[in-house]
Amino acid sequence: MMANFLTRAGTGLQDWFNERAPSFGPFYRKHMSEYYAPKNFNIWYIFGVLSMVVLINQIVTGIFLTMHFKPSAAEAFNSVEYIMRDVEWGWLIRYMHSTGASAFFIVVYIHMFRGVMYGSYKRPRELVWVLGMLIYLVLMAEAFLGYVLPWGQMSFWGAKVIISLFGAIPYVGGALTEWIMGDYLPSDATLNRFFALHVIALPLVLLLLVVLHIFALHEVGSNNPDGVEIKKGPKGNRWSQAAPADGIPFHPYFTVKDTFYTGFFLLICAFILFFEPTVGGWFLEHDNFIEANRLVTPEHIKPVWYYTPFYAMLRVIPDKLFGVLTMFGAIIILFFLPWLDRGKVKSWRYRGTGFRVALFVLGICFVWLGKIGAGPGTDPVETIVGRFLTALYFGFFAFVWAYTYFGWEKTKPVPERVTTHD
Amino acid sequence: MATDGVDKGRRRFLTATTSVVGGAGIVVAAVPFIKSWEPSARAKTAGAPVEADISKLEEGQMVIFEWRGQPVWIIRRTQAQLDALPSQDARLRDPKSTNTEQQPAFAQNEYRSMKPEILVLVGLCTHLGCAPQLHPELKPEPFDADWKGGFFCPCHKSRFDMAGRVYQGVPAPTNLVVPPYSFVDDNHIMIGVNAEGAA
Repeated sequence: MMANFLTRAGTGLQDWFNERAPSFGPFYRKHMSEYYAPKNFNIWYIFGVLSMVVLINQIVTGIFLTMHFKPSAAEAFNSVEYIMRDVEWGWLIRYMHSTGASAFFIVVYIHMFRGVMYGSYKRPRELVWVLGMLIYLVLMAEAFLGYVLPWGQMSFWGAKVIISLFGAIPYVGGALTEWIMGDYLPSDATLNRFFALHVIALPLVLLLLVVLHIFALHEVGSNNPDGVEIKKGPKGNRWSQAAPADGIPFHPYFTVKDTFYTGFFLLICAFILFFEPTVGGWFLEHDNFIEANRLVTPEHIKPVWYYTPFYAMLRVIPDKLFGVLTMFGAIIILFFLPWLDRGKVKSWRYRGTGFRVALFVLGICFVWLGKIGAGPGTDPVETIVGRFLTALYFGFFAFVWAYTYFGWEKTKPVPERVTTHD
Repeated sequence: MATDGVDKGRRRFLTATTSVVGGAGIVVAAVPFIKSWEPSARAKTAGAPVEADISKLEEGQMVIFEWRGQPVWIIRRTQAQLDALPSQDARLRDPKSTNTEQQPAFAQNEYRSMKPEILVLVGLCTHLGCAPQLHPELKPEPFDADWKGGFFCPCHKSRFDMAGRVYQGVPAPTNLVVPPYSFVDDNHIMIGVNAEGAA
């Protein structure tokens, strides 16, 4: 009797919505229950979802931090200490936010590497890649602005160094840096506007880009570890005659898998935030526990680990403008990867040895440059090594272009269907 | 909707003028928001000139004053330091201070100062704005075996001599900045004001 009533109430509610918003049902089906993702996804395919999990964590914890944080140069540092010491559970919320920032970059870097491994940036997914790169760019800006807010020594001096990069632009550089800071040095005005950008402007842009990234992906469908287009393969699976045979519904199959791995991921994050929230100065730098002092420079100014590969490039180049151009160029060149790589074969499983070796070398370069950028930078040998690694980093893109343009790549035959199709 | 009798030329004209006027409106409306980011009247006031008392500054010593939030060094150089300056010319990027943006015209000389012994510099590395450290002794240092006194930046290893001139082969592109200043009397310097007026 009761069950019958509930069923009728549920159906009634559904009808009520369908009449007023007929597109909601199809929308849900398109993106969840009838989005057919390749059945051969492996562990590399969890990092997109994990970055969504971290994004939600950043938004929720961020909202709660703004309730106690004071965005002024006079009060910011103490208000963060107040959150850490006096606000009930404030330490947990702040460490969730700071650990989340680094976790965000870890999952995003792996997500990007996955894209290169399996050729997910290639036709027809170039737009997905470009939107993803825009997300990465906005994320770097967002993280930089956020790092300034606690107004510690590294917040202040990091901001000064990064803003002064714009001073390298000929003619307008000086005026531009004053415009960004609203003063002649990072000050109350700077902190206040960075707060506004960090909590309102960039999160809105970020959310919009994430939505576009997913929409663009769902138009063309997901790539997979074999780099096979399941939409071009045989049709017909258990749920639909028209759907790709090698696809299974995103919900419930991948939502369950992703939830399982999210549990693992959160376990690791929980370990960090309960036992080692600064990760030895890598997630939160020691100098940032000292209040900003504009007359005392910390001995080593270095950005947080996720910028250090690019910072190393800036530092090993003796010319300021050229260094800045190289650093930004290293990020911008990634946008063009879909057009630099002319190879038709997507997955590295079937690509030439040259590509696999080059990608491996790129990974080494990135990590090694990260180590150099995080160091004191006093070793002249390291500077030479850094220049070599920077050249190798750009060399990857030149190599991949030449390798595929001149047809030097010897690919293996790509299977008709995903290798685990039964 | 009937499409015959549509004056296409008139429609194109209206579309174009509306777009241009609307676009101009958006540009003009953006001005206040962009200008709001410039240093405010309060920030500009805080950037006013600063008077420095150097009556107690001994030979070889440095004092730091704050002007526009920047550290301004005033150093009374020793005769030995001054005498060693020409010996460094061959190792410097810009020994003759030809880059006129780095100092007012009065300081474009071999000492980069108004009075030879008194050196006034903005204490920020021209690379990325760190604070270089004073290493005044004329003796071999770990970073330079032929050191004749000067400044070493701990951030990225830039080196400058005792006139704030940058050495070759370091990240800093230019000599340290000499701010505008003038002598009120022998013991007082006004930082931020040239003889010609405020900076």
